[in-house]
Amino acid sequence: MSANLEKPGKVAFNPSPRDWLEPNAKGTPGRWSYSAKPKALQTLDLPNPREWSPDQVDWKLPDNWKEIILHGLKERLDKYRSLRLFMDACVRCGACADKCHFYIGTGDPKNMPVLRAELLRSVYRGEMTMAGRLLGLLVGGRRLTPEVLKEWFYYFYQCTECRRCSVFCPFGIDQAEITMLGRELLNLVGLNINWVLDPAAKCFMTGNHLGITPHAFKANMDFFVDSIEEVTGVRLDVPINKKGADVLFVAPSGDLVAEPGVYTLMGYLLMLHQSGLNYTWSTYASEGGNFGLFASQELMKRLNAKIYAEARRLGVKWILGGECGHMWRVVHQYMDTMNGPADFLQEPVSPITGTRFTNARSTRMVHVAEFTADLIHHGKLKLAPARNDRYRVTFHDSCNPARSMGLLEEPRYILKNVCSHFYEMPAETIREKTFCCGCGAGLGNEECMDLRMRGGIPRAQAVRSVREKHGVNLLSCMCAIDRAVLPTLMEYWVPEVGVAGLHELVGNALVLEGEKERTTNLRGEPLEGGEA
Amino acid sequence: MKAVAPLLAVVGLALAGWLGAGLSGAGLLFGLLLPYGAALTFLAGITWRILSWARAPVPFNITTTCGQQYSLPWIRSDRLGNPHTRWGVAGRLTLEILSFRSLLRNVRHEWVDDAGGAAPRLVFRASLGLWFGALVFHYSLLVVLLRHARFFLDPTPGCLNGLEWLDSFFRVGAMPVFLSGITLLAGALFLLLRRIWTPWLRYLSLPADFFPLYLLLGIALTGCMMRYSSRVDVDAVKHFCLGLVRLHPAAPAGIGPLLYVHLTLVCVLFAYLPFSKLVHMAGLPLSPTRNLLGASRMARHENPWNYPVKVHSYEEYEDEYRDKMKAAGIPVEKDS
Repeated sequence: MSANLEKPGKVAFNPSPRDWLEPNAKGTPGRWSYSAKPKALQTLDLPNPREWSPDQVDWKLPDNWKEIILHGLKERLDKYRSLRLFMDACVRCGACADKCHFYIGTGDPKNMPVLRAELLRSVYRGEMTMAGRLLGLLVGGRRLTPEVLKEWFYYFYQCTECRRCSVFCPFGIDQAEITMLGRELLNLVGLNINWVLDPAAKCFMTGNHLGITPHAFKANMDFFVDSIEEVTGVRLDVPINKKGADVLFVAPSGDLVAEPGVYTLMGYLLMLHQSGLNYTWSTYASEGGNFGLFASQELMKRLNAKIYAEARRLGVKWILGGECGHMWRVVHQYMDTMNGPADFLQEPVSPITGTRFTNARSTRMVHVAEFTADLIHHGKLKLAPARNDRYRVTFHDSCNPARSMGLLEEPRYILKNVCSHFYEMPAETIREKTFCCGCGAGLGNEECMDLRMRGGIPRAQAVRSVREKHGVNLLSCMCAIDRAVLPTLMEYWVPEVGVAGLHELVGNALVLEGEKERTTNLRGEPLEGGEA
Repeated sequence: MKAVAPLLAVVGLALAGWLGAGLSGAGLLFGLLLPYGAALTFLAGITWRILSWARAPVPFNITTTCGQQYSLPWIRSDRLGNPHTRWGVAGRLTLEILSFRSLLRNVRHEWVDDAGGAAPRLVFRASLGLWFGALVFHYSLLVVLLRHARFFLDPTPGCLNGLEWLDSFFRVGAMPVFLSGITLLAGALFLLLRRIWTPWLRYLSLPADFFPLYLLLGIALTGCMMRYSSRVDVDAVKHFCLGLVRLHPAAPAGIGPLLYVHLTLVCVLFAYLPFSKLVHMAGLPLSPTRNLLGASRMARHENPWNYPVKVHSYEEYEDEYRDKMKAAGIPVEKDS
């Protein structure tokens, strides 16, 4: 573990002795991500592909980089009311300051959302407003210099776009929006990080972030079918690229390869099988997540286009989506606008319960938690929650389903039905006030480990409190990035607590028709004898 | 330094008003140029500003959802925190404007030592000082502004008399004291002191954060002084103000230099407002994280500048993997 953090510790406000308007053009080790490889940029036709590294002095920018950035800023001010408003309306009241997990974990004032935004705002004032051009620093205006640009890179890639600050802002100023547009500007001159662009390039070519080819996709599914048969005695049929299915199922690809996500995927398979839904997976639209969201709206759109295109090709009626955080930001708030209208699909209706998902009547994509909660509510799933009795469970709301969707009760309803011991973390750390895992928006890489472990402090502390109070030993979640990164965070801060997706617990509790007597859960652990 | 320079600027402006009162052209300057100039700058500036926001499109629905979505009929949705109707949005904005609802959520984080000697704990404590201070400050400002309307309206509407009666409910001796004036001073002072005393807030603050507070403090102070110590001739003030409104301006006569100071600061405030963070008041109703529907899968949001992008089509994908797909038993569109 490379986190140079003395554990345990109190993190204090830790400003630079200099004024914040002086750019901090040197990154802190462990808090910046490696640059994107030129190959990824070439695959995606992005500008300025080259070998470079943030720890070198020369970032190999194009000669007219300043012109490109300022022109890009002006263009975005004309295209986004949000940006224009967020540049003008902030009163720097400070309500957002300690709502950011990265500020709480690092004490670095430039991780306060207000100052992260000011990094861009100061250039807006200094280059685009009369007062700023005339009076400069006196009115908080800065000129765009290479140092300022470097500072943008460091701090826009220390934000997970979790939107917690925007809940507390009296004007709804959303740092995620500023970070997203700031990253778009950086992308214009080739300042990208590899953990975003490498998956994005793979997703563009193979349909998923991990670069899983169609035959490998099939092989993985076969493996899951075998594993499920071992546990349940039932052999499932997993339809892939099947025309004539009613529903296309799209999930984050991370769950195809890594623990504990694979158990979540097995949970989907079990639930979909038992529900009797006529559905199909797709190898072409084999990614619900969208790392384009972390680079630019255009890249987001290019990756997202596959979902509707594949739904049209396969002739399904509507789309069902798996457990993934930022995927649902894209589906709920961008997909229909970018790649719709989905007039070739039908308003989603569950063929099992007859429920019309009127809340998805335009986008025509339903969240699997909505679908499963509806099944349970109508008594369509037989459940044996005691099979999860080795777990004392709490639930981590992922940022995007919470703050860009409001999917709060459905997962809780499911949890209360599939396990016997469920405990909430403190109110300030759940639902719309949930704390980020500290690794979203492309920051879940190895080189950012110091930042990740620090940014995860608020979540880890909340888990610790229910661990001590209720003996919680499982942190459930509804996001593939969570499943990939929370185990590391737990291991570092609260080592006794494991991580599982919602549908893993569904899969454990679900009584299949014709199943054998289960002696283990999906992980192969004995049903009895868990820590309680 | 960031807190001192704007103080000097406001003191300088006040002095200019004080000294200017004695100049021979004072009537022209304070009775005509300054008020009309400020009013025009304010109107033009705020119109330009709001238009510049309103003209920019809202390409995406980026609502911040602060509560349960509208989904299944048996799950109760949060109609204000995550509205799925226009009425809900109106309610959300109204509460935000009238009660500063988002600030009401404010907490501050704190590290506390564990009693049992375990690692320190991160806790959150309610922190409503900012909410309360801001509410007192803004409502006081509103009442003070409304009370001043009596100077510009003849006859004075009854509701303003009622407001004054309420506002002057408390008396010091026989003299009625306007509560709003006192609370405005207290509110502005609170906002100023928290900015100076809180280390992280002081660090992030700009001169532009202190300047309007000093300006408002100066305005409120001179206002209170005119009312309670120098006891200006209210009728003369009204005569002057009505002259401005009726476009028959006359120099303020026999009122004293304090009015000139007050007037100068007010004019600077109005002229400064559209070009500063003070425009925040106009921004809230336009804020896309607050004024759009939370249920964005229900109705399509149009992006006026949506444009076609380069994608990797299924055909290209199948061409690349066809043989392997066939070998794995995955259906394909074309055999070769």
